[in-house]
Amino acid sequence: MNSTPLTWRETMAWSLLGVVLFLGLWSGLTTSGLVPRQFLPPPQEVASRFIQLLTSPFAGATLPQHLGSSFMRYAYGVLLAAAIGVPLGLLMGWFRLLDDIVTPIFDGLRFIAPIAWVPFAALWFGTGIGGPVMIIFAGAFPPCLINAYRGARFVEPRLIEAARMLGTGHTRMILEILLPAAVPSIVAGLRVSAGLGWQSLVGAELIVAAAGVGFMMVQAQGSVQTATVMTGMIAIGIVGMIIDVLLRQGEAWLRRRRGLEA
Amino acid sequence: MIGRRGWIGLGTVAALIALWFLLTTVTGIVSGARFPSPAEFWLSLRQIWGRGYAGGQLISHALHSLKLVAMGFAVAIATGIPLGLWMGWNRKAEAAINPVFLVIRPIPPLAWIPLAILWLGLGDSAKILVIWFSAFVPSVINTFAGVRNIDRPMIEAARMLGTPRWRMVREVIAPAASPLIFTGLRLSLQASWTTLVAAELVGALVGVGFVLNMAQQDLYPGMILVGMVTVGLLGWATTVLLGMVERRALSWNMAARD
Repeated sequence: MNSTPLTWRETMAWSLLGVVLFLGLWSGLTTSGLVPRQFLPPPQEVASRFIQLLTSPFAGATLPQHLGSSFMRYAYGVLLAAAIGVPLGLLMGWFRLLDDIVTPIFDGLRFIAPIAWVPFAALWFGTGIGGPVMIIFAGAFPPCLINAYRGARFVEPRLIEAARMLGTGHTRMILEILLPAAVPSIVAGLRVSAGLGWQSLVGAELIVAAAGVGFMMVQAQGSVQTATVMTGMIAIGIVGMIIDVLLRQGEAWLRRRRGLEA
Repeated sequence: MIGRRGWIGLGTVAALIALWFLLTTVTGIVSGARFPSPAEFWLSLRQIWGRGYAGGQLISHALHSLKLVAMGFAVAIATGIPLGLWMGWNRKAEAAINPVFLVIRPIPPLAWIPLAILWLGLGDSAKILVIWFSAFVPSVINTFAGVRNIDRPMIEAARMLGTPRWRMVREVIAPAASPLIFTGLRLSLQASWTTLVAAELVGALVGVGFVLNMAQQDLYPGMILVGMVTVGLLGWATTVLLGMVERRALSWNMAARD
């Protein structure tokens, strides 16, 4: 094994080589005509299409507008998942009976891919906002619940004993003992939820939606505009990455703050 | 022996079924156009089981989906694990491949579906391609992490004994990384099912996702539920199967037993 870590320079050199090879292969294959343009447009064509879509509309809206409507659905779905999943998880961590009741239901539903809720979501809530929000919810809910539950379940028993000796009631026990102790686990869960929710959003919009990036991609696919499809993929990737980076920063900030408090 | 937990679990399931009856058949609070009654569910199940629906019987739809997941998953493992091992082993490979990964990874696997359809059409190959994309990333990342987490002294010891490179990979690196590799495989399997169902919902001619799609277009809640139950059962069965393989493969590892 090349066990010695590379120096910063070496890493940069190899990284650059990787990127150049990747882009070179892509544009070489396409501009030489080995792969038809319609099949895979060269990188510069995708880039110019991306810039063009920032201002000119496709499938009824410009790229930022599509992203806006996607993001709104996404925010609703994830917030709803957190608003239900986290409290339920904490309650399950405290009340054994609730745990015993919810866990079998949850285990039964766990193996159904979130995307399989699409038909019912469309039937119950339509294809505007409600349907996609429900699918995002289905994707983002499990990590919220599981992490809040684990966080509450594995609180140091000494803390609970001490609080109980002081006669703490159920509400204060959950809000002032379990919740603060579970925060790191909850935040980690939220990060996973945010990723899964974004993934579900794309799926939901590919199937049921009348606006949004996923919708734009399906429309572009229908009219064989590969560059537009790839623009959608890149936009989705960038927004997903920004969400992840922001949440990571939030998590780190929270850790630091708690570290100072402790 | 069923413990307290088991009894409450059974009670919950019984209560849910009773509630389902009560809300649909008995009182009709939930109309059949929104959610099927148990009788409607049963009729839909019998229909697709015997006469078939959406161009085939339930078994053939399920087997087709299962086949595609198995193939996509197999291709993903066959490419993902070696790449992860190589990136873990060779720092130069890691440095060269990582940036490409960083660019491609944030794109959700489902976002590849339209491109895959453009490239390969609505047939099986497009689905296998997307499953491969979605299952590939977790395999690579976890294998890579597994190699990087190996205790250094173990590798040093093996190297001091003059272990040749190939035996090193096969008998030291791969086994030591295998717990994390299996974590990756479980994530890959889950991703495979999600992706397949989504791909079949977007465009297919056969498969459980296609059944869901047809049932949605026919406004047929009973069949939607049948499709969802099938998706859940298939996901569950393959996960159990993978768990069995994992227990066999890791039987030497005490940590994996609990």
